[in-house]
Amino acid sequence: MNLATSFWTWFGAFLTFCIFSFLYKDNPFYKFAEHLFVGVSVGYSISISYHNVLYPDLIVPLFRNGELLNLVPLIFGLCYFTRFLPKVSWLVRLPMGLVLGFGAGAAIPAVIQASIIKQVQGAILTPDVFKRFDLTVWALISLIGVICTVTYFFFSRERGKVTKVMADLGIIFLMVGFGASFGYTVMARISLLIGRFQFLLRDWLGVIK
Amino acid sequence: MQRQIPLILCLIFGIFMIVQFFVPHPYSQRAYEVVLRWVRIISIFALVLGVGSLVLYHSNKIKRKVSGWGFSIVTLVSAIITTLVGLLGVNWLDGKLVFFKGIGKSSVLQIFFQNIFVPVNSTMFAMLAFYMASAAYRAFRARTKEATLLLIAAFFVMLGMVPIGSAISPRLPEFAEWILSVPNLAAKRGILFGIALGGIATSLKIILGIERGWLGGGK
Repeated sequence: MNLATSFWTWFGAFLTFCIFSFLYKDNPFYKFAEHLFVGVSVGYSISISYHNVLYPDLIVPLFRNGELLNLVPLIFGLCYFTRFLPKVSWLVRLPMGLVLGFGAGAAIPAVIQASIIKQVQGAILTPDVFKRFDLTVWALISLIGVICTVTYFFFSRERGKVTKVMADLGIIFLMVGFGASFGYTVMARISLLIGRFQFLLRDWLGVIK
Repeated sequence: MQRQIPLILCLIFGIFMIVQFFVPHPYSQRAYEVVLRWVRIISIFALVLGVGSLVLYHSNKIKRKVSGWGFSIVTLVSAIITTLVGLLGVNWLDGKLVFFKGIGKSSVLQIFFQNIFVPVNSTMFAMLAFYMASAAYRAFRARTKEATLLLIAAFFVMLGMVPIGSAISPRLPEFAEWILSVPNLAAKRGILFGIALGGIATSLKIILGIERGWLGGGK
């Protein structure tokens, strides 16, 4: 046993136990760690935002280099605070309109590219998949799976005989997919749990290497 | 006017973003970078509003001595200390506190992050493993054909990812990998198409002013 000497390692171990104590029931130790977490997260977000965005993108260009174009985001940003002034509270809609328009406009081509074109490219059969028998079979199963899953989500018309069979097959693919995602997520959480035990046994208690 | 101007602004920036994607001219790229910077700056002000709301909520709890008000002090004090440490660029160098040295590896902000944020965050997520196991016990009972499929897929994926899986059969990890990359991917792609089409439709509705929920009530 080789106990840690660093204050921060002991504090990290204390916080880990505080959070684990919730497995028994909600208690003041858990609440303390939870509230501390919220406070530190807020402070961290503010600091990162200041150092990575506000200072290099607004303060330096506007107040040091005199680039007046940067007044635009400053004014729009300040409009957020008009919600506390009833007479001009509608101005809060200006930055929201700008950000929403930007986000919606940026989302359309990005979604078409990443979620439609790339996924269609991945699903269709290419000459390469016919080079090996197993690859051909897996690619065919994958293509049938995609078509059947999409068919399952098609609710605009009543299902006929063929589309009903396809939708039923789609459910099978969806259930296997959900099961696989669940298993994968559980394993990710388990690996985090192992990480915490490694921290406690190695970094804090020093009983494992 | 109070509703029209924001809608026009949304339309202009929405169309600009779509057009600039298809026009990879240096001017268009430059304009994109400028607008992206504006949006990043504007978002910071929204963060300030959120932080203000949090401070107000907790200070009201302290003022009224609502049950658990002591924990609100923990939140406020830790937020203030972390903010100050971050904004002042406090660093721990050669056993001394040094100011205005940024937020690099030796900064107190990163020490807080590594020793408070990381342990609490990863323990919270690790704890979810227990709750997921308990939820799985209730949800995964093989009552129907579909639930059985879900159970079998989850079982093989989990078993294929642990050493005992490969000890039982070296084919198990391969099978788990196959489940993830063939039927799972097919289902994910199908779902993704639906999400993508829904996302595009919603974005178009916002840009064209059909979806106006974000304007809120009033004039």
